[in-house]
Amino acid sequence: MSEKFTKSMARNTFYGGSAFFFLFFVALTFDTMGTLPERDHRENITHEVALGKKVWEDNNCIGCHTLLGEGAYFAPELGNVYQRFGSSKEAIMAFIQSRPVEGIPGRRSMPQFNLSDEELSAIAEFLKWTSEVNTANWPPNIQG
Amino acid sequence: MQYQTQSVAKPYFIAAIGLFVGQILFGIIMGLQYVVGDFLFPEIPFNVARMVHTNLLIVWLLFGFMGAAYYMVPEESENELHSPKLAMIMFWIFLVAGALTIVGYLAVPYATLAQITGNDLLPTMGREFLEQPTITKIGIVVVALAFLYNISLTVLKGRKTVISMILLLGLWGLAIFFLFSFYNPENLILDKYFWWWVVHLWVEGVWELIMGAILAFVLIKMTGVDREIIEKWLYVIIAMSLITGIIGTGHHYYWIGAPEYWQWWGSIFSALEPIPFFMMVIFAFNMVNRRRREHPNKAAMLWALGTPVMAFLGAGVWGFLHTLAPVNYYTHGTQITAAHGHMAFYGAYVMVVLAIISYAMPILNGRAAANSEKSQTLEMWSFWLMTVAMVFITLFLTGAGILQIWMQRMGEAPESFMLVQDNIALFYWMREAAGVVFLIGLICYITSFFVGGEERTA
Repeated sequence: MSEKFTKSMARNTFYGGSAFFFLFFVALTFDTMGTLPERDHRENITHEVALGKKVWEDNNCIGCHTLLGEGAYFAPELGNVYQRFGSSKEAIMAFIQSRPVEGIPGRRSMPQFNLSDEELSAIAEFLKWTSEVNTANWPPNIQG
Repeated sequence: MQYQTQSVAKPYFIAAIGLFVGQILFGIIMGLQYVVGDFLFPEIPFNVARMVHTNLLIVWLLFGFMGAAYYMVPEESENELHSPKLAMIMFWIFLVAGALTIVGYLAVPYATLAQITGNDLLPTMGREFLEQPTITKIGIVVVALAFLYNISLTVLKGRKTVISMILLLGLWGLAIFFLFSFYNPENLILDKYFWWWVVHLWVEGVWELIMGAILAFVLIKMTGVDREIIEKWLYVIIAMSLITGIIGTGHHYYWIGAPEYWQWWGSIFSALEPIPFFMMVIFAFNMVNRRRREHPNKAAMLWALGTPVMAFLGAGVWGFLHTLAPVNYYTHGTQITAAHGHMAFYGAYVMVVLAIISYAMPILNGRAAANSEKSQTLEMWSFWLMTVAMVFITLFLTGAGILQIWMQRMGEAPESFMLVQDNIALFYWMREAAGVVFLIGLICYITSFFVGGEERTA
């Protein structure tokens, strides 16, 4: 590296550059926090949606599925599952409820989680809410 | 060994390697579950195996980082470690807490684990990579604080080098950003936004400081190049890492509900993220070419040169491959992400930890500088087996990903996820075969520690 570019210049670039861009990141985050409410329709987060998120987490659904593209890639995307299942909460609930305890020979199968009716309804409501977030038109199609 | 207290690094390194073996075994299980869907079902469902695989990775890398710090800091500070006793207590706490968490994952359904560990009181579980029970997370914070206290005091008491300051900064950043794992709002979008403050600001932020510091330390020791030169490079590399990487977080904000300007910020800055990795390659080879001594530890040299190359490929090239928003629109959440994740973690973090272990372990075992010729040959075999296997894992997953995108997301009649998975099974079989080769490489690696013989001298 050039002799003119000294170690102290390198050090200043590191501390100055990192601090500047971290502050800029914080500023963008503040702006994002201001605009998010229009996109995430948080006014629709009911008690049931919140419970649904808890059920989602307590059963580690993210360990197989993606949700808005994040998670594991072993099972289908669920950000738009509500639409894929014909905009039917009942269809989602029936699917989760009907999973065989011992799985399906030779194939991937979702475990039987033995959810209560309240939990089933909550998870479906949570997935419905998620499907209505403004995600810049992602996923590309109904298959997720 | 120059300082007696450096020896606390040894159990950390041994634990790291032990957990690494567990990580790979569960990787093999998951790889098989991809093609034999009912393998070990319902005893070990995929989500449990994945949790064990990823959490073991994180924990063993943390063991590796802590071991590296305990080895490096006394030597850099020219001072004994503040409290070796505290370091050993924390070692056992971390190991037992980690083991109990893994046992918890495997022994009871996750929902039961959440219930008995009090997840209702402060819900933090069930999010990718942050699946640990809240109590384990609190334990991690306690261990991290005790570790940082110990290391920081050692640095403060002694010589303050650039390497130890950068290492400290990286480790403090690691601890501070982990605190965001306790923020779990009911709003999924906010949850996701700040989840990345742990995950991205770790692996594409502060961890790169740790990686740079470790690599610089190993290169100083092995090449004998003047510290001033190496430190200047280190500053420039990590400056580029953070300047590109912090705003680069935006490449995770394209499709999760955040405003669309992130598509610009994320694309532009993350497209620059390969630069620091490329500089690391130039740096490492340059320093080795200018070496002032022939270090007898050839295996450590191989790891130290392999690290930047594989990090550049995995994090740099495979990251760039899908980081631009219009490309990411199609690749987001597919096997392309998995391909990138595997090679990036291996290249950047697995290899740098193996490099410091390779350099330090002979010395910790009472040798002057290196293992026997025979031991090093086997270790170098393990390097090539694991590295080539990882290249093929990445290539096969990339192939799977391209086909997945083509069949599921493009064209007139997109097919369903499960149907596409069946169609690309051949690629998963090949990935699994490469995974078995990786395991063979790992077995060679461990075996190399038990090969005795006369120490190799330059």
